[in-house]
Amino acid sequence: MTSGCNLYFSKIRVTLRKSILDPQGKAVEHAIATLGVDAITDVRIGKYIELKVDRASEEEARLATEEVCKRLLSNPVMEDYRFEIEKA
Amino acid sequence: MIDSRVKFGIVVFPGSNCDHDAYYACKHILKQEAIFLWHKEADLKGVDVVILPGGFSYGDYLRCGAIARFSPVMKEVVRFANQGGTVLGICNGFQILLEAGLLPGVVLRNSSLKFVCKYVYLKVDSVETRFTNQCQPGDVLEIPIAHGDGNYFAEPGIIHRLEDNNQIVFRYCDTDGKVTDAANPNGSLANIAGIINEHGNIMGMMPHPERAVDPLLRHTDGQKVFTSMIESCVSRLSGFSLISADGGRR
Repeated sequence: MTSGCNLYFSKIRVTLRKSILDPQGKAVEHAIATLGVDAITDVRIGKYIELKVDRASEEEARLATEEVCKRLLSNPVMEDYRFEIEKA
Repeated sequence: MIDSRVKFGIVVFPGSNCDHDAYYACKHILKQEAIFLWHKEADLKGVDVVILPGGFSYGDYLRCGAIARFSPVMKEVVRFANQGGTVLGICNGFQILLEAGLLPGVVLRNSSLKFVCKYVYLKVDSVETRFTNQCQPGDVLEIPIAHGDGNYFAEPGIIHRLEDNNQIVFRYCDTDGKVTDAANPNGSLANIAGIINEHGNIMGMMPHPERAVDPLLRHTDGQKVFTSMIESCVSRLSGFSLISADGGRR
């Protein structure tokens, strides 16, 4: 690393697990149908969270993101998460 | 009558709004000792029972109860619970217990997507607990609910375990005590309204017993949850039960 600043940018998506009915998604799906836009199915609503993390490497930034996703940002009983990391 | 006073500690998170109702129930209706425990405190001040009240702790940000769970006081509540202390979580308090992993499962958004605020009927499925020992088998309690996220969900294996261990304490039912889909206000699996942990010292429930205690308001069925906790505390402290000698989970 030549740069002194090692800021990474995590973009996190938290969604209800596939096995769990998403009543919000269903309600939106019905609203879409009433718009007259057809053939739109499987609407799922989730959360988008972004954060910056200062770590020495992308790997460490990934580990830190992973930890907050597991322990706070998602509840594994009902949600899945996935994220992308880029250099901020 | 019960004469030794039990000390209730009611935790106050930013956004709790049923803390005073719980305090009123314990102190002024049941005539027990009651104190508030601010979420930043790391001392439970020798209480016999901890109540996590209803409300919208931390604005329900992220997920209901997800942030309250990290409050300093919760570390002590978890320690207290692990040592066998009596903990009751009501509504948002139940959500906090789930997020803290003290009880299994989660609550999802109500299947109707609506906030539901009304009286419901609860079938008491287990009377052998610290929270229901003053109920009779088959009792139906009329207690209000007020929540938008009360749709209890857990993996089938966990539901089976709850059923097998008699950990489902309350189920939504009709006036006759029949557990039906029509009586289910939020889509909860197996009509679950309240569950208890395996050791029987931690209960979480979506309905609000503290809102059904004052004879002035006609509904007093919620008193049974409080008199049960009092009975169980008094009997454990004095080494005998005022009501019955049955051990069970009391």
